[in-house]
Amino acid sequence: MAYKLIGKDFTPQDVRPKVTGAGKYTEDFKVDGMVYMKMLLCPMPSANVTSFDATDALDMPGVFGVLTADEVPQVEEPGFPMLTNKPRQLGMPIAAIAAETESIAAEALEKIKVTFDPQPFVLDPLESLYPGGTNALDGGNVTGGNIQGKEGVGGNKIHDFKWTARDFAIAGDEKMPMGEAPVEWAVGDVEAAFAEAALIIDEPFVTASSSHAALEPRSVLSYWENGKCFIHGSSQSQSWMMPGLARMMNISLEDIVYVAEYCGGGFGSKASPYPVQGMTAYMSKKIGRPVMLRVTRAEEYHFGGQRPGFQGQVKMGFDKQGKMTACDLYIVQSGGPNRGSGDYSSAAGAVALVYTPTNMRFRGAAVVTNKPWHVSQRGPGQNQIACVIEPLLDKAAKELGIDRIAIRNLNAPEADVKFTNRNSTVTSMFLKDAFSLGADLFKWEEKKKMSGQRNGSKVIGVGVGTAYHSAGSNGFDGLLSIRPDGKLYVHSGVGNLGTYSYAGTSRAAAEVLQCSWDNTVVLRGDSRQGLPWTLAQFGSNSSYTNTRTNFVAATKMKKMLQRLAAQELGDAPEDYDVANESVFHTSDETKIMTFAEAASKAIELGGEWDGHEYPDDLNDVTKSAMKKVVGAGLVSAAKDKIPKEGSVPGMATGYCMIELDTETGKFEILEYHSVADCGTVLHPKGLEQQLRGGAVMGIGEAVLDRVIYDPQNGLCATVGLDQTKPPSILDVPSNMEMSAVDKPDLSNPLGVKGIGEPAMGCAAAALLCAISDATGIYFNRTPVDPDMIINALSGRPQSFKPLQVNT
Amino acid sequence: MKDMMPSFNLVQPIDVKSAINLLTEAGAGGWAIAGGQDSFDWFKDRIKRPHTVVDLSGIDSIKGIRETDDGGIEIGALTTLTDVEQNPIIKEKYGLLSTASGRVASPQIRNKGTLGGNVSQDARCWYYRSGLDCYRAGGNTCYADTPEGMNREHCLFGASRCVAVTPSDTAVALTTLEANMVIVGPNGERIVPASEYFIGPAIDIERMTVLEPGDVLIAIRIPAKWSGAKFYFEKVADRATWDFPLVNIASAMKVSEGIIEDISITCGAVECVPKRLTVVQDIVRGSAANEETASLAAGAASRGASALNYNHFKIPLMENLVKRAIRG
Repeated sequence: MAYKLIGKDFTPQDVRPKVTGAGKYTEDFKVDGMVYMKMLLCPMPSANVTSFDATDALDMPGVFGVLTADEVPQVEEPGFPMLTNKPRQLGMPIAAIAAETESIAAEALEKIKVTFDPQPFVLDPLESLYPGGTNALDGGNVTGGNIQGKEGVGGNKIHDFKWTARDFAIAGDEKMPMGEAPVEWAVGDVEAAFAEAALIIDEPFVTASSSHAALEPRSVLSYWENGKCFIHGSSQSQSWMMPGLARMMNISLEDIVYVAEYCGGGFGSKASPYPVQGMTAYMSKKIGRPVMLRVTRAEEYHFGGQRPGFQGQVKMGFDKQGKMTACDLYIVQSGGPNRGSGDYSSAAGAVALVYTPTNMRFRGAAVVTNKPWHVSQRGPGQNQIACVIEPLLDKAAKELGIDRIAIRNLNAPEADVKFTNRNSTVTSMFLKDAFSLGADLFKWEEKKKMSGQRNGSKVIGVGVGTAYHSAGSNGFDGLLSIRPDGKLYVHSGVGNLGTYSYAGTSRAAAEVLQCSWDNTVVLRGDSRQGLPWTLAQFGSNSSYTNTRTNFVAATKMKKMLQRLAAQELGDAPEDYDVANESVFHTSDETKIMTFAEAASKAIELGGEWDGHEYPDDLNDVTKSAMKKVVGAGLVSAAKDKIPKEGSVPGMATGYCMIELDTETGKFEILEYHSVADCGTVLHPKGLEQQLRGGAVMGIGEAVLDRVIYDPQNGLCATVGLDQTKPPSILDVPSNMEMSAVDKPDLSNPLGVKGIGEPAMGCAAAALLCAISDATGIYFNRTPVDPDMIINALSGRPQSFKPLQVNT
Repeated sequence: MKDMMPSFNLVQPIDVKSAINLLTEAGAGGWAIAGGQDSFDWFKDRIKRPHTVVDLSGIDSIKGIRETDDGGIEIGALTTLTDVEQNPIIKEKYGLLSTASGRVASPQIRNKGTLGGNVSQDARCWYYRSGLDCYRAGGNTCYADTPEGMNREHCLFGASRCVAVTPSDTAVALTTLEANMVIVGPNGERIVPASEYFIGPAIDIERMTVLEPGDVLIAIRIPAKWSGAKFYFEKVADRATWDFPLVNIASAMKVSEGIIEDISITCGAVECVPKRLTVVQDIVRGSAANEETASLAAGAASRGASALNYNHFKIPLMENLVKRAIRG
């Protein structure tokens, strides 16, 4: 289909302000009378506060108040507290001080007399599962799942759960102990399939936790005016934040004003309301002044989120042709002292979809530890497991004498795939097209011949990687207004993570209404603009979800324009069409109404035309937004009720060639190419930056990002960018090629689906496969650091046991 | 990182004499700051809390690069690493130092960081930098050298209660070039060879260099001896920029008709001080610069290494780097 705007490049409105510095991030705001807040953090991994005296701090000139755990709502385990007297991780906030300057606040913090009673702590999930092992929380050590016969176990509660000593004894150090699993499902008969398999791969694995490491540590500004609570936050989402913040502050939705125009990255860690937002607002309420909190980099590492790490065992059976006939996957997921994410289950789903094993069993346990808050990070579960399975798939291909893309193709799903025990389906599937296009563009056959070529101490490695994420949702609201200035206003509740998808998806409305982009205004970043309810900007969903919401609102708007024109100018609505910022009679050019005229008429008519009346099925957030939009012009609000069955699969493939120095363990990525199956390309440059940015982050996940804890004292070695080591510009290839299959997903009216998350996983997997190709070693661990490569190539054992974590 | 410095008195002398006087006056509460790339970390963490900070950056006499009468060069301690890297004389005659300077940290840090600061920076052991009461911080334990210590970056040699390593890239180059460090203190000027400037924990566990309170490193003199030699510098780090070495190596060789006539070689990040590989020098001097000699030397280089829990990879890495330096 020929589109006017979809699939075309444009410059989103936030690009220039970002480049010039004019864009205002939370900490750029200043409000009269504003004071600064700093937090007192727990200096150990688990403790109880036994005494607290802030008298000396409060006596300091310039100090306005202290906020303690007693003054904010408390959450039940395994929730993450705003402030607590029972901190269960290093860096968990105990109290906060507000002062005229941050300098005074920092000094005042040192005058607080606080004593801690250190508690036992645990950093390794397997240690916690051992009989008698420490529980990270008072209530237990495992969340999620449902074990038969155990009362009260299941859901999001925390419970005490141990394996037997026998489970550990049988496994030894080289294999994952596999006791009873809180979560388990199976399809077919894996044991029977293993018995008939031509090849079995059975390996333990570890994927390390990694920090989200957004460029902008989060900041919060909060103040109260006329009973309304204003919160400026660094967040991925806009409207999604509103109900949670209202609950956090125990006020109505109407009394929350949320401003989040710019966000310096979040990768999942700033998707939903977070505790320091509430803390800042409560401090502001207490002292009666606007309060600014600027979280430091180290603090961001403590409570800004980490990707859950995995310890696991995967056993895969293949027939002679390379078809995966059986997969038995066990994952123990490492979390912080809070309700974890569903990474482990998502990982199992990804294996079931991407490799379509004929028989599969999944077992999993989500264990809480006294490490930081763990939360979904770009490709939660799917990207970790891509790092595990993809190199092992290469190992299988090698042993079976099959090409590595061929084995992926053989196991790749078709559009009618049914996967997991739920027989889940997908809305489209073009993974095989992506492999085909990728192999051509990367010149796979040619590159493959270079594999293993030596140049002195250097050797060439080539790899391919695949990743998936369910990348789209439905059921949210669209809201548009056409105003007397003749422009189309797209009210976007999406948020601005930095992907520009708020803008790309807004173009869906302009496309339907054939409105020029110059006359389209995107309202965003401030709930006072009247922003509709939509999903958080996470899970690669925005492109799919919000092209739908804007499509339905625009389709309704078009009908309203047609009806309005027919009503005012005569003839039937079907006799009118919409384009060029006007509604016009298709066979009588005298009958035309401009957008400006339609907007004025709508205001005059009121009722259903200017937002006074609206559908009852809109979400409360949208209804609240309607009160701000009413009377502004011709207003269209609609809920997305377009049918959707199944997961929206964002699929990405990556192709990588490296030259690895066998004497230093270092390598250079010579080439990287990524090909996406993301439906119709919505915004080519946006896609390119997602695939490129995802590749950079994937390289970090595969070989660099470090999270190190000392098991003796629970302290963290990685609390700065120089210590966690995300990739530098010199660690990634300067030129990365990006392409897309560009075939529409028919469940989206514009064919669009998301891609942000698998863009990372495929790059991580491709790089790990290239390293294994160059070295002949399957590390079964991320990140693969130079020390691991050097040890392996010099015939030395690794410094850690196969399932050891925090190294 | 608490990201908020405690208050201190800032004084900004414009000559060395004033700086020495101010530092002497401040005593134990004084702190000399050059580019600030090490100091500000300590201050922002609120761990080091001097009451008087003497900012040396206004002293023009200790900046710049000049040739000396003996054919060598003198580099003012306050010369930025970028200037050292890009200086045409250094590039031409002492490319080793230029290369090493260009591998320090990141371009932004090299634009502010100085050569004097780079060689005088404090240990980067993460336990020490966390503000723990370890031996180096005046306490009575080492957190890194324990059965479970996380010590991938720590030492193979010279452990003496502390197992931190020298983190400097330029220190190994200057040691190899047999540079002399010009120090001015309350008692006047003294010149210390680079090989003696760096001190290990057995000598003084709370310092990395011979600098005493009140001392200022004002210049680094490189003799003509290794001018134009065959140089080799390599740094292996996790990242290609903004990282400290896992191991680095710096060598200068005089090779004639394939025979190594003379050599100076130093390895970094394996000991608290740049490790001069004198055994390697003895082995290869007079031998052919080839794979066989390189292998022989590599094995000898790591002799005596004592690995910790997580750093035994440094043994083959060090051997490989020695090999690469010698075979060229």
